[in-house]
Amino acid sequence: MSEVKFSKEHEWITVEGDVATIGITKHATEMLGDIVFAELPEKGSNVEKDGTAGVVESTKAASDVYTPVSGEVVDTNQTIVDDPAKINEDPEGSAWFFKLKLKDSSEMDSLMNKEEYDKFAKESTS
Amino acid sequence: MEIKKTSLNKLHQDNKAKFVEFAGYEMPIQYSKGIVEEHKFTRSNAGIFDVSHMGQLFIYGDDNLTNDLEKIFPLDLKNLKQNCSKYSFLMNDNAGIYDDLIITKIEKGYLIILNAACKDNDFKILSNLLKDKYEMVLDDQRSLIAIQGPKSVEILNKIIDGVEKLSFMTGNWFDYKDTKVFATRSGYTGEDGFEVSINNELVEEFTQFLIENGAQLIGLGARDTLRLEAGLCLYGHELDTEKTPIEANLKWAISKERISNGGFIGSEKIMKELQEGTSKIRVGIKPEGRLIAREKTKIFNEAEKPIGEVTSGTFGPSVNGPIAMGYIDKEFSKIDTKILLEVRGKKHSASICGLPFYKKSYVKGVN
Repeated sequence: MSEVKFSKEHEWITVEGDVATIGITKHATEMLGDIVFAELPEKGSNVEKDGTAGVVESTKAASDVYTPVSGEVVDTNQTIVDDPAKINEDPEGSAWFFKLKLKDSSEMDSLMNKEEYDKFAKESTS
Repeated sequence: MEIKKTSLNKLHQDNKAKFVEFAGYEMPIQYSKGIVEEHKFTRSNAGIFDVSHMGQLFIYGDDNLTNDLEKIFPLDLKNLKQNCSKYSFLMNDNAGIYDDLIITKIEKGYLIILNAACKDNDFKILSNLLKDKYEMVLDDQRSLIAIQGPKSVEILNKIIDGVEKLSFMTGNWFDYKDTKVFATRSGYTGEDGFEVSINNELVEEFTQFLIENGAQLIGLGARDTLRLEAGLCLYGHELDTEKTPIEANLKWAISKERISNGGFIGSEKIMKELQEGTSKIRVGIKPEGRLIAREKTKIFNEAEKPIGEVTSGTFGPSVNGPIAMGYIDKEFSKIDTKILLEVRGKKHSASICGLPFYKKSYVKGVN
């Protein structure tokens, strides 16, 4: 599996072969608070880099989930739809959102590594 | 304008509050445990809410004051016993609501608790209506602390001896240290609880005592989910000058004696609405599944005709599902009527339901 990469919209992404797994970061869940609703893209649909690919809602507000890369949705995580609190518990592990068949792997190049993201997240909160 | 802070601001900071601006005040929306935990703690234990941003209006006067206030509020104040409280509203001539409030008859006058965002306007309106005949104090030297939940009586009674004897919607002055605090058995969470009016200099220490005895600070976020589960209105959402108490389904708050005789501001409109009915009414809404319908969500009937709008909507931690309130055309307001909610461009199924979503457990008095 590839190194975990991160987007400015607080998504994480890993790639295995030509399939990417995408979720939201721990930092994002801390900003959102208790997540009580999740909506995921439909399997078989095509999503575009930086376009919306889902929604999460906390007790306070709704927030869009963006996809950091383009591709066809090949799988979604029904567990987090049924029990959204799982996203707060394990955001960067079992609570992944969706899997994509990558359209253009070069889109990965512009994303941040962990060190860069941690710095970005810290700066964006202060 | 500079943001105002309550006397507990430092304590909120020490308890890692996340702050928001609310009605010109820097207020805690949540602490480190988060809204869901804070909500559940209040329902099972005892939550402390800093509501010092709300207005505490003391009006002093003789029997003339009672007469004059009856020309304003739809209450039978002549027969209200001292230390008893009533929920009411300040209305315009068209029965539109300027504010909803709690009024308590105290020695030599009344104490009225006003919403933070409305209090200055309320003060102006009331001063004009009462023609400055009475001493009126919008007291900013006092803080207001709510303690809510099943353990609140046990905890508060350790600090203020005697509060356990209060019944729901009554209050009294109590000794605390070498000062007097005014405590009422009331609140806005659907739980048993109290609101305590206390000098600003003493409030931090008082709140620390509550915490040491097992209560926890709760932010405005959980206050909102708690009141919504209890089916209670929030000014600026369910209530405003475009809505009347009858439309808001708050007819119960108007004294029966006053309905027959009128003579209060807005009474003509209220009597007309009671006779002829209103075209819209406030209802409870239960979305299907986990869908959350926020404020301003459009409501449609099954034939996709627009029939109303959501005024508050969130996830209810104790009912473990989404809940909402809104205004809807009267003909669709019956419980179990199927409706559609438009969220992010798609229409989702929901139904009208009774209020509250979560059953209250108030301590009933003998009278």
